[in-house]
Amino acid sequence: MAKVIVNGEEQDISLPVSLIELIRQNQVSQPDMVSVQINGIFIVREKYEETIVKEGDEVDFLYFMGGGR
Amino acid sequence: MDFREDQIERYSRHILLQDIGVEGQERISRAKVLVIGAGGLGAPVLLYLAAAGVGTLGVMDGDVVDLSNLQRQVIHFTPDVGKPKALSAKEKINRLNPDVHVVAYNEFFTAENALNIIRDYDFIVDGTDNFPVKFLINDACVLSGKPFSHGGILRFDGQTLTHLPGTACYRCAFHSPPPPNAVPTCSQAGVLGAIAGMLGTIQAAETLKFLTGTGELLTNRLLSFQAKSMHFRTTPIRRNAGCPVCGEHPTVTVTTLHEAEQAVCELKKKRG
Ligand SMILES: [Zn+2]
Repeated sequence: MAKVIVNGEEQDISLPVSLIELIRQNQVSQPDMVSVQINGIFIVREKYEETIVKEGDEVDFLYFMGGGR
Repeated sequence: MDFREDQIERYSRHILLQDIGVEGQERISRAKVLVIGAGGLGAPVLLYLAAAGVGTLGVMDGDVVDLSNLQRQVIHFTPDVGKPKALSAKEKINRLNPDVHVVAYNEFFTAENALNIIRDYDFIVDGTDNFPVKFLINDACVLSGKPFSHGGILRFDGQTLTHLPGTACYRCAFHSPPPPNAVPTCSQAGVLGAIAGMLGTIQAAETLKFLTGTGELLTNRLLSFQAKSMHFRTTPIRRNAGCPVCGEHPTVTVTTLHEAEQAVCELKKKRG
């Protein structure tokens, strides 16, 4: 088990894990509706599968919110 | 600017604040703010900015008041159903504070009118309900060097980010609109009415902080909250070299905005 920080909170996960797997593990129902940064660097959607999450990484899921009316 | 006695009294709770004072209130009273969308977010933003005595308030919305709006769009009342939102909002602002000069635009914010309209304003507030316009507001403001407040709500959640020239923009974090079929809007997904108030008042506070130079704005960080748990979080956001509008190789420029504008004009011509 290794620790990564997801949205500011520690999570224990077994490595290796790709970003797309981490997205699934966090029950993001619509990966299209989330923007992801790892250690402050945004990852383009096309790279979710090939990006590998490392121990100690800070991962932020930012949700698209389109409402306002 | 010399305040009348009734104005000193009206704004006394601002003037009492060390960070604002008479000078800060003068800045508020001289400022021009454009609020795009007079709906869930626009309603609280407009009411608080009007109460604060913002000199000129632009209200932009091409829609009319619908009965289903009244659950959250608190600037519109039951007798307003069917009335253009820009006019309904203007009437309330005039009654709340006659000091405020209101410019009502009974139209939507488009690539065609974007750059022209924001030119006249010191600060712009996004109170719209769809991604194409949210991205357009970002692009027009970044390209024009205008500060603005982004806001988005959905169900029980909200998010907001303030942009000043040189700081991270909405596209730095969100790049481009999600695929349209993936997008739930408030009309499809629903929204707790008070969420609009929670986020809108944060945007209004950011506007007043900007106008008076008070405190630290929500620049280079995204504030998001989930009201079910009342969990608030700010996520640091950096300028993104790959950003389509403020990055190293921008694909969104004044020229592409003009092209979008021309495409709209030609479509209109064809339709006659
Ligand atoms: Zn940017």
